[in-house]
Amino acid sequence: MADLQSQDYIRRSASTMTPPSIRNHEQEVAKLIDVSRCIGCKACQSACMEWNNLRGEVGHFEGSYDNPSDLNPSNWTLMRFTEWENEQGNLEWLIRKDGCMHCEDPGCLKACPAPGAIVQYANGIVDFISENCIGCGYCVKGCPFDIPRISPVDHKSYKCTLCSDRVGVGLEPACVKACPTGAIMFGSKTDMKSWAGERVEDLKSRGFDEAGLYDPPGVGGTHVMYVLHHADRPSLYAGLPDKPRISPLVAVWKGIFKPLALAGMAFGVVAGFLHWIVQGPNEVQPEDEAHAAALIDPPDGKQ
Amino acid sequence: MTYMRGTLIRNTTATRINHWITGACFVLLMLSGLSMFDPVTFFLSGLFGGGQSTRAIHPWIGLVLVLSYCGLIVQFWRDNLPSRDDWAWMKAFGRVLVNEEEGVPELARFNAGQKFVFWSMTLLIPVLFATGIVIWDVYFSPYTTIETQRIAVLTHAAAASAAILVWITHVYAALWVKGSMRGMTQGYVTPGWAWRHHRKWLRRLVAAGSRGPTPRSGGRARGP
Repeated sequence: MADLQSQDYIRRSASTMTPPSIRNHEQEVAKLIDVSRCIGCKACQSACMEWNNLRGEVGHFEGSYDNPSDLNPSNWTLMRFTEWENEQGNLEWLIRKDGCMHCEDPGCLKACPAPGAIVQYANGIVDFISENCIGCGYCVKGCPFDIPRISPVDHKSYKCTLCSDRVGVGLEPACVKACPTGAIMFGSKTDMKSWAGERVEDLKSRGFDEAGLYDPPGVGGTHVMYVLHHADRPSLYAGLPDKPRISPLVAVWKGIFKPLALAGMAFGVVAGFLHWIVQGPNEVQPEDEAHAAALIDPPDGKQ
Repeated sequence: MTYMRGTLIRNTTATRINHWITGACFVLLMLSGLSMFDPVTFFLSGLFGGGQSTRAIHPWIGLVLVLSYCGLIVQFWRDNLPSRDDWAWMKAFGRVLVNEEEGVPELARFNAGQKFVFWSMTLLIPVLFATGIVIWDVYFSPYTTIETQRIAVLTHAAAASAAILVWITHVYAALWVKGSMRGMTQGYVTPGWAWRHHRKWLRRLVAAGSRGPTPRSGGRARGP
């Protein structure tokens, strides 16, 4: 599908040049996570650690099934468990595999100040190119889903790569491979949407009237999508944003403010230069010195 | 430091060292900050050894600047208090701009433009410090929410841009008004310079028999 060459970039952080993007026959990919089929076994978490050679520090029990308790630089995906009592008074155990959503319009990439530290491939995968990362944490502020984590070890930002290295050689992501129930599917975005359609149909026939696909338009759609039994209330699932979008603060900062500020500075310098060539310097005149001398040493000798 | 005979002391040695530490920090902060602000200025990070080290060193320089600027506040605040002359000077600003001295009021140690620079920086530097702490990711990211950090990063950029504009004004004014630069490098100005730009200051020094920088300073305007 894709390899990891710059020819495949369609977006590149902090770059004024448009990437070449000469390979234009790539299909957009997507991972579809069917929450209704997830049993919370964490095989995906293990597979992720295994493929990416990550071993986080062993933590402490925090009173929840979430283990570890949060995403971290060596834990790029996490099962989040929510116990929810529905309108009928029944308990629903909602389990959501959290991780990078691979937004079509990535807030992290928009916020990133390091050229080429965040790229988006033509297949839609948003990838962090660690060698270019400066560790500023702007991606954290740009992300609408609170995903990137800065490593205190090498001061670089990490998150799910959608196994871009596996996808690049025609394999599915490690979590997809490991899932025992088929709750995680991978393929072209079109195929995944039509598969999701079938799943939603099925869920509705079983009484989940509000079942639906989570592919939020606020970020241009995502390349990781969820099938939710309660698609009308995504936030039930451990705070999945109902209407995610790039924060207006980040949009203003990286949108209008940046060129405006630079133009202002350039204007200041040019205005100074113009003043210099039009009015010139303000020089002390001999008569100023004479006046001052007369003040300091009055001619009549009195001081 | 020995000052040239017959001149006035505009800034003491301590003030000058304090000023130039601040100035050096400001320039370094501007270069490193701009490199993290826009792709066209990212190359400036090369001056600091690359993106990672630029990101790491910028806040430490900021810390030095804050301490150093506190010194300038202590030394300059009194002479920067607003006075009636400021308003008159602002009304005559059109004349000031065209190097016309007629109709410009006599001024004490600082004019309203210099006071504007002082108070702008006195306001902006604490803002930059506070917002800078919030976005100093390595040490302080766990203490604030991401939303707070978003506000801080935008405010930091806005305050920094304002400070850079003030700095451009400050530097240009020093180049424009001849003799000012020497007042901050070697520390002295000629009596004629004082007569032309800060006549009230000159009169007070002469009346007090002081050589500067303030009437309370020791020494005489001219040895008998």
